[in-house]
Amino acid sequence: MPTFVYMTSCDGCGHCVDICPSDIMHIDPTYRRAYNIEPDMCWECYSCVKACPQNAIDARGYADFAPLGHSVRVRRDEEKGTISWRVKFRNGTEKNFLSPITTKPWGTGYPELKDEPAPSNEMRDSQHLYSEPKYIRMDDGDVHTLESNKLKMKLGVYY
Amino acid sequence: MACETIVEDSIDILVVGGGLGGSGAAWEARFWGQDKKIVVAEKANIDRSGAVAQGLYAINCYMGTRWGENNPEDHVRYARIDLMGMVREDLLFDMARHVDSTVHQFEDWGLPIMKNPKTGNYLREGRWQIMIHGESYKPIVAEAAKKSADKIYNRICVTHLLLDDAKDNRIAGAVGFNVRTGNYHVFKSKTVVVAAGGASNIFKPRSVGEGAGRVWYAPWSSGSAYGLMINAGAKMTQMENRIVLARFKDGYGPVGAYFLHLKTYTQNCNGEEYESKWFPELQKMVGKEYLDPELSHRTHRPIPTCLRNHAIINEVNAGRGPIHMVTMKAFQDPHLEEVGWENFLGMTVGQAVLWAATDVDPKSENPELTTSEPYVMGSHATGAGGWASGPEDISPPEYFWGYNRMMTIEGLFGAGDAVGGTPHAFSSGSFTEGRLAAKAACKYIDDGKAEGIRINDQQVQDRKEEIFAPMERYKIYRNEIVAGTVSPSYINPKQGLDRLQKLMDEYCGGVTVSYMTNEKLLNIGLKKLKIMEEDLESIAAKDIHELLRAWELKHRHRTAECVTQHTLFRKETRWPGYYYRGDAMKLDDKNWHVLTVSRRDPETGEYTMEKAPCYHLVGDEEEKAAKKKAPAKKRA
Ligand SMILES: Cc1cc2nc3c(=O)[nH]c(=O)nc-3n(C[C@H](O)[C@H](O)[C@H](O)COP(=O)(O)OP(=O)(O)OC[C@H]3O[C@@H](n4cnc5c(N)ncnc54)[C@H](O)[C@@H]3O)c2cc1C
Ligand code: SF4
Ligand code: SF4
Repeated sequence: MPTFVYMTSCDGCGHCVDICPSDIMHIDPTYRRAYNIEPDMCWECYSCVKACPQNAIDARGYADFAPLGHSVRVRRDEEKGTISWRVKFRNGTEKNFLSPITTKPWGTGYPELKDEPAPSNEMRDSQHLYSEPKYIRMDDGDVHTLESNKLKMKLGVYY
Repeated sequence: MACETIVEDSIDILVVGGGLGGSGAAWEARFWGQDKKIVVAEKANIDRSGAVAQGLYAINCYMGTRWGENNPEDHVRYARIDLMGMVREDLLFDMARHVDSTVHQFEDWGLPIMKNPKTGNYLREGRWQIMIHGESYKPIVAEAAKKSADKIYNRICVTHLLLDDAKDNRIAGAVGFNVRTGNYHVFKSKTVVVAAGGASNIFKPRSVGEGAGRVWYAPWSSGSAYGLMINAGAKMTQMENRIVLARFKDGYGPVGAYFLHLKTYTQNCNGEEYESKWFPELQKMVGKEYLDPELSHRTHRPIPTCLRNHAIINEVNAGRGPIHMVTMKAFQDPHLEEVGWENFLGMTVGQAVLWAATDVDPKSENPELTTSEPYVMGSHATGAGGWASGPEDISPPEYFWGYNRMMTIEGLFGAGDAVGGTPHAFSSGSFTEGRLAAKAACKYIDDGKAEGIRINDQQVQDRKEEIFAPMERYKIYRNEIVAGTVSPSYINPKQGLDRLQKLMDEYCGGVTVSYMTNEKLLNIGLKKLKIMEEDLESIAAKDIHELLRAWELKHRHRTAECVTQHTLFRKETRWPGYYYRGDAMKLDDKNWHVLTVSRRDPETGEYTMEKAPCYHLVGDEEEKAAKKKAPAKKRA
């Protein structure tokens, strides 16, 4: 179907509506809870599932090829920086997985580009991007040019 | 509906689409334009939008120059052979020489990149791919864009680019509508970076009914980058180079990590290796230059992706399907099994859901593979997109008109799927292209090229009427019928999409015709697309959500038309396995070792097609050396 929402768990907070890249999680005006308005435009990306604070959203495999009786549950924890998955097969087999999602406290590793020393005219005219050449070879090289690699544009035109 | 008009004025850099390319542009623009106003207009929510919404398990483009692994020119050779000779080598080289700095930044921002415990280098999946724990790849990258931009507008579907009324062929901004409020948004901007992604759902998907959203490229990749640029009159290139992917059946789980890292391989229904069987005949079609398994064996030169598809397609058509991925061996190793599963959970959850639903455990059963419906995009193993200027220090005159990644409209830049001729950029390369475009856009402004831009009210008013017309139409005609969706006066976006997919599938080489087309079929296709364009004037939207779908469809339709025009123009089968021209089956280097370029006249709707030179930047030293070193050996 892809996603569906358990009536008794959803409190209508709208996080799923806010995040769905396909704009298909909507709040039902009568029940004031969320539901998937267009299952055939759902990618099973699990963005809404991960965002729901009530764990009210689940996905059921696409009906054109997936039988009933399975589940893939997820818990994403930004504080801990981990994501865990529980895969349950139709026949009851279970598999569990845990991965990191970041190596830094959320949102901390970014420099403020507006506070960096303003780029000189020479930098503007060079081929460098921000943080280069330092970030390319970590200080022991520069961006490649044709000359630096003894290359020549081969002007043989083929028609 | 009472919707407001919201005008955002005096923007210096407007980024359309905040995926990997757009985020790169927004981030970099702040450094080169510390005093500039940078705004992003994104159709969804930038935290989870675009092709990377659910995450990725690998970064597919990393040179590793710092570890002495590869140089940019190696990557150019690789992409060139994979695309059967047809790439913009200047753009590719330029992306490749900067991409490492992008990846090193990602690591600094907190993206967990796996390390090789022996060497301390990034853990390689293949020569160009490194493995990551990438579930949060998109939120991490989006954070950079949010830090840099003055404002991010989420939920704005951009429908048109605005052209300058003071100077011909110069950009002046863009317009669109807010998918939540229905407000009309006008962005007046000196430059625009289009990064609105590639196109899925142009061709009929293999999935049907409720499952129609299970496509390989995201269903929200609506070809907007192409629709926006073509409609504004920008030149396009390589639009015939649609891609077909070999993927796990139904779930479309990627096979990269399986082939490269887990070392799994494929076989036919009898458990036989089939690929090499198809190569001798295929070699006659494409020439030894493009298919030389002996040489591929000895060098890093790959067998082009499309040719491997060709083998699968033909083996299945010969009645020896299904093709299986042999996973049972690799999955006995618990570490590899974990990698196999996490690869999906981090990037294509639908595949894991499918295996759970059907009790397929790759440890005890080899899963099926299939080939997908075609997609149109510019950053994977394919290079459709806009015709862009290259960098100052590399590009020959035909590829250079002043500003890196600037399209043939002044002040209009592109990144990622939007740029043509730069395949194998993937996520990291798309972000890098955004950075390159942003630097060039700042320079363009600082050089005074955007002075005196004027937008008259008429243009703004006309666009508004056009954008909301489908809702007006619904209001007028909905009471003509009792109920339901069948009306003599309009079609809805879903009905339109079905028609587009059916006709592209049947006339332009989709799945049901085994990717085969010819001149007659293409001409019929074009005729039907023209009629469909008339019907798109009569599309109706019952609410703002349907209005979003209506504009996605219009962008898809324009993309499809351009694809068909290009496929008709290139009278050869350049990429067997992606599509075949039944009336010109052979690759024809004499006449078609060229890039194809089109322009649609916005006034008349007529296309002008031309051939552009295909320049080769780097030589084949590597191959020559390998040939010398190792005498030809029979393949095991
Ligand atoms: C299943 C899958 C697996 C992949 N695996 C890998 C991998 O392992 N490694 C790798 O490096 N790459 C991989 N890729 C490729 C990578 O995701 C793309 O190359 C990259 O995301 C392209 O960047 P982009 O900016 O051009 O497009 P996107 O990232 O798709 O961004 C386009 C943006 O534009 C927005 N948009 C669209 N239309 C409009 C509009 N009209 N108005 C406003 N905004 C709009 C979208 O919402 C989106 O945010 C994979 C892709 C898929 C789908
Ligand atoms: S799984 Fe993804 S596409 Fe489907 S409803 Fe949730 S967020 Fe939207
Ligand atoms: S996020 Fe969860 S609780 Fe909130 S509206 Fe959506 S389904 Fe309901």
